[in-house]
Amino acid sequence: MTQLGNPGASGNSVYATSQEGLKASGVLKTAEADRPRQGGPAPERSPASGRSAAGVLGNGWARLLLGLLLPAAVLAAWQWSTSAGLFSSVQLPAPGAVVEAAVDLIQRGELAQHVAISTQRVLLGFAFGAALGLVFGALIGLSKVADVLLSPTIGALRAVPSLAWVPLLILWMKIGEDSKVTLILIGAFFPVFTTVSLALRHVDKNLVEAGRAFGLKGVKLLTTVQLPAVVPAVFSGLRLALAQAWLFLVAAELIASSMGLGFLLTDSQNNGRTDRLLLAIVLLAIIGKITDALLGVAEKWAVKRWA
Amino acid sequence: MTAVLSSSRHATPASAAPSAASGSGSALAVSFRGLNRTFGTGENAHTVLRDVNFDVRPGEVLAILGPSGCGKSTLLRATAGLDAPSGGSVDIDGTPVQGIDSRCAVAFQEPRLLPWHTLQANVAIGLPKSSSAKQGKSKVARLLELVGLDTFAKHRPREVSGGMAQRASLARALARNPGVLLLDEPFGALDALTRIKMQDLLLDIHAAEPTTVLLVTHDVDEALQLADRIILLGKEEGRENDGATIVRTVDVPGSRPRDRGSVELARMRRSLLESLGVDGH
Repeated sequence: MTQLGNPGASGNSVYATSQEGLKASGVLKTAEADRPRQGGPAPERSPASGRSAAGVLGNGWARLLLGLLLPAAVLAAWQWSTSAGLFSSVQLPAPGAVVEAAVDLIQRGELAQHVAISTQRVLLGFAFGAALGLVFGALIGLSKVADVLLSPTIGALRAVPSLAWVPLLILWMKIGEDSKVTLILIGAFFPVFTTVSLALRHVDKNLVEAGRAFGLKGVKLLTTVQLPAVVPAVFSGLRLALAQAWLFLVAAELIASSMGLGFLLTDSQNNGRTDRLLLAIVLLAIIGKITDALLGVAEKWAVKRWA
Repeated sequence: MTAVLSSSRHATPASAAPSAASGSGSALAVSFRGLNRTFGTGENAHTVLRDVNFDVRPGEVLAILGPSGCGKSTLLRATAGLDAPSGGSVDIDGTPVQGIDSRCAVAFQEPRLLPWHTLQANVAIGLPKSSSAKQGKSKVARLLELVGLDTFAKHRPREVSGGMAQRASLARALARNPGVLLLDEPFGALDALTRIKMQDLLLDIHAAEPTTVLLVTHDVDEALQLADRIILLGKEEGRENDGATIVRTVDVPGSRPRDRGSVELARMRRSLLESLGVDGH
């Protein structure tokens, strides 16, 4: 999976990536909590203060437009290079050709099918993988015994490249939805597992002790103190897991499928349809970004609520 | 100083709310019986406390004074059941402490409030398991009023000052109806003025809910201002390599609130500071 070039896929760097997640992760919070606070009311965090300080960059719509600048520039360069005849249409078809390919596939009713089945696989695999990651992460983050017993095995499994699973999964589960969803599940599991188990180990010890002093223990302590404390870290793990899920989706669909965006990629390659190939890549980028943005909104809310 | 004091006392609604005493647990006696605490084993063994014997009377405010690292907090943690002694026992009301003891409540040096909850919800964490939702709600409201935070009930800990967070932490401890209230340098991290206000608040609370209070402090003035008795933890002469034990017990004369400028207290202050190895001038 390293050759696919996703930094999150190596498994070692799957700790909080986003700023919110980092700020809210246990480690940084501990340092903050240990600092004695002086008297005098803390400054209220007004929603307007960020806007006035950062000016235009604080405005959501302005940020969206600025973020679209680079894609627009790339599109313009693409259009220019194709109309200037720098590339043959097999190497790089014009943007218009890609749009035509999209319209063609929509009219045949195939595009919606490809997108729908791919999205469904990602969401299913992501949901199961994240849930399992949460459970095992909690188990290993809280129990030293579970840590000693399970961590080496899970670490070794994580080292297995995603593509290595494919033949085995096909052998066991045949070429169907199960094998694909399972592969995506494997991809989504590790980021959540790692962030949750690490974050739980770094929950402010003082808070946990205070909880214990007031008679909280076991599951009640977990749900009252420990889980809420790691909610922001969980969300940054979820975002990584979602990115991994899309990555593993393509791995699954490239090899064995008759539908989906990954299939569209290989099928177009075999038929020399570079326009469709580019279409699939653009769709993967757009859909991946949209799902990540949705999760980002949820993360923002969670950090505000729980940090 | 007196002016500051009296104004602060009127500023807190606490003095107007002694009715909060209703439904409070009765004060319990605490006995330390040959208490020892050693950390580590073998060559790395390090004895912090040894042979601590003392009886705390029900309803008394006992200050535990000593240099840093002498085991004050260890003594308090053993009483709360957060830590188990290596030898001897802590008895509360005649029965030994085993594990987290529901008859105690602790307020730590830091407020240790859950940042994602409101002050109100944080105080509610202190409520005993047996209390009904309705009882709990009215009790939390009463306690927030007692510590002067009724208008901040819906605020989150990071939206209030350190002193206010510490008051909420005190209210959380009181919510437990503790027979023994354990305070681990609760005002140590506050600025001087806030600390004096908090000390007065503590006296008001003790008047309203007369529980046994064990107060760990390194502040001699605080001990003299608040306590009925003071025990001094330290190493005995000639046994510097052993753990600390009670080297001195002091009865503080006079009823509270005490005049912070009293000559007698000044003399005791000097003497206590000398026992702590500091020049008392």
